[in-house]
Amino acid sequence: MLISGAVLAAAGTAVGLKKIDYDRIARVGILSASFFVASLIHVPIGPASIHLIMNGLVGLLLGWAAFPAILVALLMQGVFFQYGGITTLGVNTMIMALPAVICYHLFAPLLAKGRKAVLAAAFGCGFCAVLLGAVIVGLALMFTEEKFLEVATLVVTAHLPVMIIEGLITAFTVVFLQKVQPSMLPTFDGSPQKTANSQK
Amino acid sequence: MIDEPFAHGSSIIHRIDPRFKAVFAGALSVATAVSYRFEALFFALGLSLLLVIAARLAMGLVIKKLMVVVGFLLLLWLVLPLTFEGEVFTRIGPVKITRPGLILSAQITLKSLSILMMFIALVTTASLVTLGHAMDRLGIPAKIVHLLLMSYRYIFVIEQEYRRLSRAAAVRGFTPGTNLHTYRTYAYLVGMIFVRAAERADQVYKAMRCRGFNGRFYCLAEFPAHRRNWIFAGLMTISLAVLVLLEFTNAAQVLT
Repeated sequence: MLISGAVLAAAGTAVGLKKIDYDRIARVGILSASFFVASLIHVPIGPASIHLIMNGLVGLLLGWAAFPAILVALLMQGVFFQYGGITTLGVNTMIMALPAVICYHLFAPLLAKGRKAVLAAAFGCGFCAVLLGAVIVGLALMFTEEKFLEVATLVVTAHLPVMIIEGLITAFTVVFLQKVQPSMLPTFDGSPQKTANSQK
Repeated sequence: MIDEPFAHGSSIIHRIDPRFKAVFAGALSVATAVSYRFEALFFALGLSLLLVIAARLAMGLVIKKLMVVVGFLLLLWLVLPLTFEGEVFTRIGPVKITRPGLILSAQITLKSLSILMMFIALVTTASLVTLGHAMDRLGIPAKIVHLLLMSYRYIFVIEQEYRRLSRAAAVRGFTPGTNLHTYRTYAYLVGMIFVRAAERADQVYKAMRCRGFNGRFYCLAEFPAHRRNWIFAGLMTISLAVLVLLEFTNAAQVLT
């Protein structure tokens, strides 16, 4: 399981790396850093608080480059906070980056539509990115041990509030970005940030 | 908020070549992760404990770092023995606790703690910059290394940006709560971080071009050869062999 996770993550990262040329490394690197910082933000929900994940947003902003970006952010989390070890790095990257890429392909085309559609698409993107992540966790646990089905359903239900909040925040963030810096978002031809460097 | 508490020190572990440490951290972690026999798992735990002690880290801090995982593990101990089907170990009232559930919980606990301690002792005892250079020397794709060093360079800047924004929000009387206004505010805050990050990325890229960036990121760090690196490598190889042997003693007995 750990090995297949690592292999898949390596494949995804390889594709992501192919997609970024050296001109974009500074950009991806700094966005990866922002992703890391965003995951430190704790948002209150009832008496507790959750920290943001934002993998949906990263997917929207980076496309396939989300793979290496998330891998790097996770590696840094490991080094700074000792979250997880080396062996789970691959699986964790899959859990966060694969949904990011899937959501990018599902929802990026919708961003060119009207305001309502954008709001819905962005909400869906944030929501599904976490949902798919939880589903992958569930699948991973099921492959390890069939009896884990209960745990897996638990994982998905436990993340329901997280999904809703991620959805809301992703939606608001995307609306904000559309007003402030529309060139950061993918355009309808599906190429993120092509225009960003030439805008000035 | 972001720091590397274990990166600096003068212990024997700190002085070992980070390339050697990274390679053996990887190999030992994988070997531990695929082991199931308790002999092997306890050996891994002992080994990782020895490594942490040899690195002479602040024990209180190490324990604090481990507590994060312990919380998750406690949850496992609560869920697995109850939900796992199999031979009943003991009953508490109507609740039955199964033996396979207990065994699995124990295995996962031992594995997680050992792997985490190996990580703390061998990986976090070098700063991320050193680690990046070590990865470059180990033949990890240059783009990943470049990406890592670039992100590392800017997380502190962006964290400051975040603190500035949240201070600004606090000054304007923002108190987080469970409502749409809070989520909207946080969303705009995150959006602003990303906008500023993107702008900074443009500037950084232009500055890099001005200084003649041609797509290659040079890692100038040198890792001088030293006898202790090879002694470390030898010891770790032996440990790895013992770990694998312990895991497969059953198979070995069958063969002889």
